Amino acid sequence: MKEELLKRWVKGPDGVEFEVEPLRDYYCEAPPTVMPAAYSKIVESLFNWARSESLWILGFGTGCGAIEMRPLMTPRFDAYRYGVQWRPTPRQANLFIISGYLSVKTLKRAIRSYEQMQNPKYVIGLGSCTINGGMYWDSYNTIKRLDDYLPVDLYIAGCMPRPEALLAGFEDLKKIIRAGKGEGANQYAANFDWYKANQKKVIHDWDMPDYNW
Amino acid sequence: MRELHTRLKNLFPLGEFTEQRPDLAFLTVPKEHLRALLAHLRDREGFTHLVLLTAVDWLEDGRFQLTYLLCDRSKRRDLGLRVFIPREAAAMESIHEVWPTAATYQRELREMFGIDFPGSPRLHDDFILEGWNDIPPYRRDFDTLKYANDSYNQRPGRETRDPATHMKQQLYPGGR
Repeated sequence: MKEELLKRWVKGPDGVEFEVEPLRDYYCEAPPTVMPAAYSKIVESLFNWARSESLWILGFGTGCGAIEMRPLMTPRFDAYRYGVQWRPTPRQANLFIISGYLSVKTLKRAIRSYEQMQNPKYVIGLGSCTINGGMYWDSYNTIKRLDDYLPVDLYIAGCMPRPEALLAGFEDLKKIIRAGKGEGANQYAANFDWYKANQKKVIHDWDMPDYNW
Repeated sequence: MRELHTRLKNLFPLGEFTEQRPDLAFLTVPKEHLRALLAHLRDREGFTHLVLLTAVDWLEDGRFQLTYLLCDRSKRRDLGLRVFIPREAAAMESIHEVWPTAATYQRELREMFGIDFPGSPRLHDDFILEGWNDIPPYRRDFDTLKYANDSYNQRPGRETRDPATHMKQQLYPGGR
């Protein structure tokens, strides 16, 4: 474990010494809980319609597919007209696009980012690499199935998919959310131990709390 | 390049010389003379830029080849220096004092090939792999496919075809 994560005594600027245990002090340890639908069906449908029209994407390009998201932000493809926009931090986003291959090192960051996003949240796997490893199927350092580690709502196949495929994917995701099937965050909470076991199987230097929002 | 080689030959004991192109040559150097030769090339011959430092695993010969590629910008020519080190307990003198950028390459080689460079800054920090627990992956005796199959779940249903036969069937279905 890294030195800055170990339990230690620190002297503050006012000269008072205090004990710091970063893994307990800086993060929340409580596992996520399943949040069932709170209202009657008709109200939930209205909420789901509203959710589907506010897709805020986390601007985190994990692989080569991130290059396909740039044209979507510019006038040529202009994804903003569909109510889709990109945000710089996980706390402001509700859609995480895993754009291409995911190395184990990036997987660790992707998990932390996903867990910091607020419910309800959705995951799109972009490109063949997230589905079955793609051209990296025999690589020592990339995962082959994204749905082992994060709950995936939708895959967009291709190597790489064109921006038009992404636009079609956004429309499909909206249909999924409107139908009330965008339950990735609840699925993650319900199968939390299974996801954590899978994640810890490939991330050998696990130096963070199990849930770190 | 030949003229440069002649000049260097009088100063250092050198190995094989290969002139790939008029502006690119490779030169084998005994490992104990490498640092002196690098400093000489940098200060006297105008090779001011270390382009890359990389390694080749000659598994059958039981040795690693380190290649130090230098660039002379004013004369637009490159010179690669080859150094052979034994594969067992592989270690090489660090050159981070000649070129500070070499420290990054040396970190990478330590991680990917398991070559030690004593004294190089931050050598044992993780570079690309985090928490790696097998033999270094760029060594040729590392079985990549076996490791991938053991570590990561494959999705069932994936088919692999030989590109040559597959394209032949696609283009000439009747066979020719």
